[in-house]
Amino acid sequence: MKSAVVVFPGINRERDMARALRLASGRDPAMVWHADTALPGETDLVVVPGGFSYGDYLRCGAIAARAPIMDAVRAHARRGGLVLGVCNGFQILCEAGLLPGVLMRNTAMKFICRDVYLRIERSDTPFTRGYNAGQVIRVPVAHGEGNYIADAATIARLEGEGRVLFRYADPDGALDPAWNVNGATNAIAGVLNQSGNVLGLMPHPENHVEAALGPTDGRGLFAGLVDHFKQAA
Amino acid sequence: MKARVTVTLKSGILDPQGKAIEGALKSLGIAGVASVRQGKVFDIEIEGRDRKAAQAALEQAADKLLANTLIENYQVELK
Repeated sequence: MKSAVVVFPGINRERDMARALRLASGRDPAMVWHADTALPGETDLVVVPGGFSYGDYLRCGAIAARAPIMDAVRAHARRGGLVLGVCNGFQILCEAGLLPGVLMRNTAMKFICRDVYLRIERSDTPFTRGYNAGQVIRVPVAHGEGNYIADAATIARLEGEGRVLFRYADPDGALDPAWNVNGATNAIAGVLNQSGNVLGLMPHPENHVEAALGPTDGRGLFAGLVDHFKQAA
Repeated sequence: MKARVTVTLKSGILDPQGKAIEGALKSLGIAGVASVRQGKVFDIEIEGRDRKAAQAALEQAADKLLANTLIENYQVELK
């Protein structure tokens, strides 16, 4: 699996992401600068990592979404290439029109930095094939604007088409509002685009991949992607 | 020419920041504040004297960047 990590000024989780990708795939990803206009040839997976691109100025991810490299990311997505956006990356993909909806301020108005439990809603996607449907994983979040909002029609379509891949849940997978840390609509933590090749999620699976540092529940996302490309090869 | 673009949340979009400000105004004892919603103001200096072109350029700026039209409205005002 050949991956590329896009870096904007203010992004700060690119190295964690690169490490997770290397551990899973055995290969260092290309680090691609926001002002570049092309991705490396034969890139399988483009990752937009977390941080505070452009200081969250104007709106989270708004300026990054309009950076030169995003045209190449959009073209890659149009060709069916896989794109993964984590946290600020999810915000950037929404602002760039690659995913529906918008991430707004957490309802409790606080920046939340803690582990959460996510229920995997489907395992039949390249991003979640490393998990079982209904499985609960523990991953960290660190965000002030993770409240997923979209109009009623969009939410209905996302739900109806099974494009909500992760939800905030309690440790047993029940949708208890107390565990929906940012108040997101329907406890939505991550969504898939219509073609099934672009995923955005607020939590950071890349930070739970090494036993020395704690839980390793995040490995399944990366292992599943590596598997997907092995099978396709 | 000077222009001002005002960006506000669409009605129905939850505004926790506005609510927090509303609460703070009440704590300050400012009477009669029924509700607050927070918006943004962009003061833009645009070149040239063609008002129609300026209006069009600013609407484009608002549509493409200054406002997220999923959740925000905008108003362009040429001075």
